[in-house]
Amino acid sequence: QVGCGGGGVGAGGGNDIQWCFSQVKGAVDDDVAEADIISTVEFNHSGELLATGDKGGRVVIFQQEQENKIQSHSRGEYNVYSTFQSHEPEFDYLKSLEIEEKINKIRWLPQKNAAQFLLSTNDKTIKLWKISERDKRPEGYNLKEEDGRYRDPTTVTTLRVPVFRPMDLMVEASPRRIFANAHTYHINSISINSDYETYLSADDLRINLWHLEITDRSFNIVDIKPANMEELTEVITAAEFHPNSCNTFVYSSSKGTIRLCDMRASALCDRHSKLFEEPEDPSNRSFFSEIISSISDVKFSHSGRYMMTRDYLSVKIWDLNMENRPVETYQVHEYLRSKLCSLYENDCIFDKFECCWNGSDSVVMTGSYNNFFRMFDRNTKRDITLEASRENNKPRTVLKPRKVCASGKRKKDEISVDSLDFNKKILHTAWHPKENIIAVATTNNLYIFQDKVN
Amino acid sequence: MFARGLKRKSPEDGEDMEGGLAGARATPSYSLQRQSLLDMSLVKLQLCHMLVEPNLCRSVLIANTVRQIQEEMSQDGTWRVVAPQAAGRAPLDRLVSTDILCRSVREQEGERPAPDVGDGHTADLVPGLAVVPSAQALRSPQSSLWEVDSSRENRGGFQKSLDQIFETLENKTSGSVEELFADVDSSYYDLDAVLTGMVGSTPSAHANRCLHPASPAASLVG
Repeated sequence: QVGCGGGGVGAGGGNDIQWCFSQVKGAVDDDVAEADIISTVEFNHSGELLATGDKGGRVVIFQQEQENKIQSHSRGEYNVYSTFQSHEPEFDYLKSLEIEEKINKIRWLPQKNAAQFLLSTNDKTIKLWKISERDKRPEGYNLKEEDGRYRDPTTVTTLRVPVFRPMDLMVEASPRRIFANAHTYHINSISINSDYETYLSADDLRINLWHLEITDRSFNIVDIKPANMEELTEVITAAEFHPNSCNTFVYSSSKGTIRLCDMRASALCDRHSKLFEEPEDPSNRSFFSEIISSISDVKFSHSGRYMMTRDYLSVKIWDLNMENRPVETYQVHEYLRSKLCSLYENDCIFDKFECCWNGSDSVVMTGSYNNFFRMFDRNTKRDITLEASRENNKPRTVLKPRKVCASGKRKKDEISVDSLDFNKKILHTAWHPKENIIAVATTNNLYIFQDKVN
Repeated sequence: MFARGLKRKSPEDGEDMEGGLAGARATPSYSLQRQSLLDMSLVKLQLCHMLVEPNLCRSVLIANTVRQIQEEMSQDGTWRVVAPQAAGRAPLDRLVSTDILCRSVREQEGERPAPDVGDGHTADLVPGLAVVPSAQALRSPQSSLWEVDSSRENRGGFQKSLDQIFETLENKTSGSVEELFADVDSSYYDLDAVLTGMVGSTPSAHANRCLHPASPAASLVG
């Protein structure tokens, strides 16, 4: 490992990582087809598979190829493994409204047998997909021809035992369960329980609990819909099960609060066990305070001891044992604070950025504008800004850290706030569960970066 | 729609809006900016994606922002309170404001207001019918218009209108019998046609029942 001064963020052990471009997937042209807009990115539990969902309702799964022992200067590349249409656009005739096919979230189930399973959801319907490989087919039936036509039994004079013969690998995706008609509002989250039997789905006002085997019934575990919709002032923005306690989950709100609920306490978890909220800083108060406090993502650490929340300007780490304030706060793009009015006008202030942990919970990552993404090392307290761009296209090229100049004299290589492209936003990022491999989605491209390997 | 960069704001403008408000509140530039923020927010609430349900989170956040501004303006005394009978009249006008969700501001300003026909009570009779904004508009097309520019006097009613917006979102879930049997005009999907009122009546079932099937207010869009 080459030690480097500055520009790197460590992944435990204190050594700084140097991030290198590895691959980019997606169309090259600047003209973005709406259906190609990436809406979710997720590694599976082993990191071998990487799934993306897009606005056109498609799921694309990439598989990491086995490491090439001879050319060991990089980890295996991700290549397309399976592509399928998960959701189709629908029309709700009762409301005269379209239901978008956009995939809001994908979550993988842990692997139990040869097949892989994932949950994918759009605004209204969750589907369980089975992805299986077929690399053999049976040949030599007695009663069937090779093309499938049945033979007349009277013409059979000898018997043989059918055998499996190899065939070209075929990856098949089939929908095994469809969980529909349980959400009046738009689903924003799905989360699989650590019991691997149940999962939750959350929309703006309600959270439902499902059993993976049962599609015609779900239990409502949170309902914040007021009796009178005129009184609505707060919605659910994200929800997640605790990674180890199968009775515990959290949900975040548009007012910047996180509620931790214990399903053992009551059937309807409207009363939280814990409420996490940081008191507002009065010196920063503005008409936009509430909007920027709205939490766009919540993620437990792998250890289960912490959770991370993302609001418009910052990432906060909370200790589950302390409700009154986060233990760590990282500013993602504080230079935007003075631009909030413009960002409100062009709707950027409503962008929902996600965040993620690395495998050891020592580094967190989130996206920003201008195709920048940020990483914060919790141990060294160092942070880095990198850019996902085809300009750094050569594999094993170390990415150059970027810097935004908030005001005053712009140094060389810095970008001024006013030059940032707010159309280029990185909302979805994912970190390999075990290695320093990250997947970063720009509007319609998926970038894969790895740390430099000697 | 999205600006490539950002509008440059002079430093003191930015501070007036987002910085310490106490001293700056009295300045005319602050109230102008606050007013423009209010107007912008109301426009945002009114415009919606025609075929897809509006994002509830975004609507709630904008509505809360409007309430905050309204509260502050009430404290300042710059928020003029509406006379009681006007507020009482509000229900029909405000009910129809749900229709505003689906029309552009430009379209509203082009239409002339007319006396209220006073059939606000019909809204309560048949809940299924009441939730369909265009049906309301069609029954009394002239009175169904919400004066936006003279609305400074009606600001007291804005609170109610926000509530109506959420009621629409709520009521849309219960659906209406008419919509089940309505033929959907294919031009319904043409955004431009809808905004310019070229779409005469959608769904056509409504046209058969109403007084002015060709009224622009008839375009029912999500």
